[in-house]
Amino acid sequence: MTDILRVQGLRKAFGGVVVANGIDFSLSTGAMHCLIGPNGAGKSSFFRLLLGEHAPDAGTIIFDGSDITNLRSFQRIRRGISVKFQVPGIFKALSVRQNLEVAFQDHLNGQSLNTKIHEMLDFTDLHAEETTPAGNLSHGQQQWLEIAMAVGVEPKLLLLDEPTAGMSPDETRKTGEMLHDLNARGITILAVEHDMAFVEQIARRVTVLHFGSIFVEGTIAEIIDHPGVQEIYLGTADV
Amino acid sequence: MISSETTPRSRTRSLLARLEGPQTMGRGPAFWIAAAVAIAAAAAYPLTADAWTVGNAAYFLIWTFMAMGLGVVWGYAGALSFGQTAFFGLAGYAYGVITLNLGAAYGLTLVALVLAVAIGGLFALVIGYFMFYGRIQGVFIGIVTLSVTLVLETFMAQTAGPQWRIGEARLNGFNGMSGMPPLTLPWVGEDIALYPGPSLYYLLLGLVVICYLGLRIMLNSSFGNVLVAIRENPHRVGMLGYDVRLYQTLAFAIGGAFAALSGALYTAWGQYITPSSMGLTSAALPIIWVAVGGRRDITATLIGTIVVLAGFQSLTIYGSQYALVVMGALLLVTVLVAPQGLVVGAMTFLGRIFKKDKS
Repeated sequence: MTDILRVQGLRKAFGGVVVANGIDFSLSTGAMHCLIGPNGAGKSSFFRLLLGEHAPDAGTIIFDGSDITNLRSFQRIRRGISVKFQVPGIFKALSVRQNLEVAFQDHLNGQSLNTKIHEMLDFTDLHAEETTPAGNLSHGQQQWLEIAMAVGVEPKLLLLDEPTAGMSPDETRKTGEMLHDLNARGITILAVEHDMAFVEQIARRVTVLHFGSIFVEGTIAEIIDHPGVQEIYLGTADV
Repeated sequence: MISSETTPRSRTRSLLARLEGPQTMGRGPAFWIAAAVAIAAAAAYPLTADAWTVGNAAYFLIWTFMAMGLGVVWGYAGALSFGQTAFFGLAGYAYGVITLNLGAAYGLTLVALVLAVAIGGLFALVIGYFMFYGRIQGVFIGIVTLSVTLVLETFMAQTAGPQWRIGEARLNGFNGMSGMPPLTLPWVGEDIALYPGPSLYYLLLGLVVICYLGLRIMLNSSFGNVLVAIRENPHRVGMLGYDVRLYQTLAFAIGGAFAALSGALYTAWGQYITPSSMGLTSAALPIIWVAVGGRRDITATLIGTIVVLAGFQSLTIYGSQYALVVMGALLLVTVLVAPQGLVVGAMTFLGRIFKKDKS
């Protein structure tokens, strides 16, 4: 299977703080992959580098066969990367429908805007909230709305930064099912996540980041059994 | 076979459908009947008033373009411009320079009007480009735009010498330019010069209606959706694949072109333009009109501007400085009591009453 994302030698430092220390990473098309690591490991910074919010000091990012290292964020989104942020990045004063309209209106592919909005309202179970201001939704619903918006731009790769943060167990399980559904539709998924039960639910492979470098990569079973990973989280590993 | 989606008739229908939408208050037959009644009353007004009063009403209409433009930039796109008067003044001077050089025959004043608006809009495009592509945001947009208008005012005020002329047109420094022709329509026999009075009033009323409806369509289009989303969360908009800087620049240019339309019409109306039209007081007033009416709704902006202008002029009889103090107090009251604007507050209140009556 071809790689949809290939990162080579990615490096970024803010003064003396190195957030990406020569990261080499690849992601196959159609993958469901999780990035884990303790706080400060560089997970969110890695996402920001992929999204073009930080310019790397060195390295290249190849997405879908093209070098996107020097592209601006909106250009990367147009190439097929989309993102859901940890803190829901929605338009709180606008209705759920307006949020979806803004997300979908340029990515209809012949479908009517109304049809696509209703499809997504079904998918996220937000039909009853169509005219509700997005800021009035529950936290979990806001997360789903943002997932719907992120999916609405027809991405090939969906980046999710802690998609279940603040969710109840039921909402977390439902989110996992949504992501499996999206993956089955052909969207490659890369998620940063702390909740290991959720990682087990969604990820086929897991990468552990530590101090801006890739510490280990493998299946969830391999990661759990890895002697160094627990030590990283407990802060005793000498790495 | 041509799809029904692409026929001119369906395109027109789709455009007209955008007269209503989430970005503009007022929908349904009741709203449009009220709007038609208001336009009919405005059209009948010259029949009930003398020519001077009608010319004065035309003066109010002139400012609504700048207010609506500021509404787009500030209320919808979320960028508070404190310097719409820069585009107003530039277009006013441009109209003066062009007409003093070309004259009023053959409809050339109309050409001058279009060119003045284009010059003002283009200047706004350039300023907007440097601001938004230079990552200037928030309160700094207000500071930059205010600086631009004050620099222009200072520059124009020092153009008193005879060397400051463009062709036949002397800029005249602090005293400003005067003597340019009013808008003149070419007509069989004799051209029609639109001095302040019923004819100019009707032209302006028509322009206000066209611009208002055009803006409603624009604001309820996908472009308007993106502007409102930028106001709410520009970061997310960028992460939906939109070039936020481009949209902000275009909105700023549109707002600038509307201010320029006001400026050129103002010069044509009074046949003079002075640097003080770009000064601090002039720059602050549109912000008060728009804030008091309701910056996030184009109807509220339009109604609020006319009401506040009429109130301001009535107060000016008792002293212009007192009127300015009242304007400042009005802004404070609005911010404290109805931050969304007094007209928006009233419209929301009326909407609730109608809903209750229906239920």
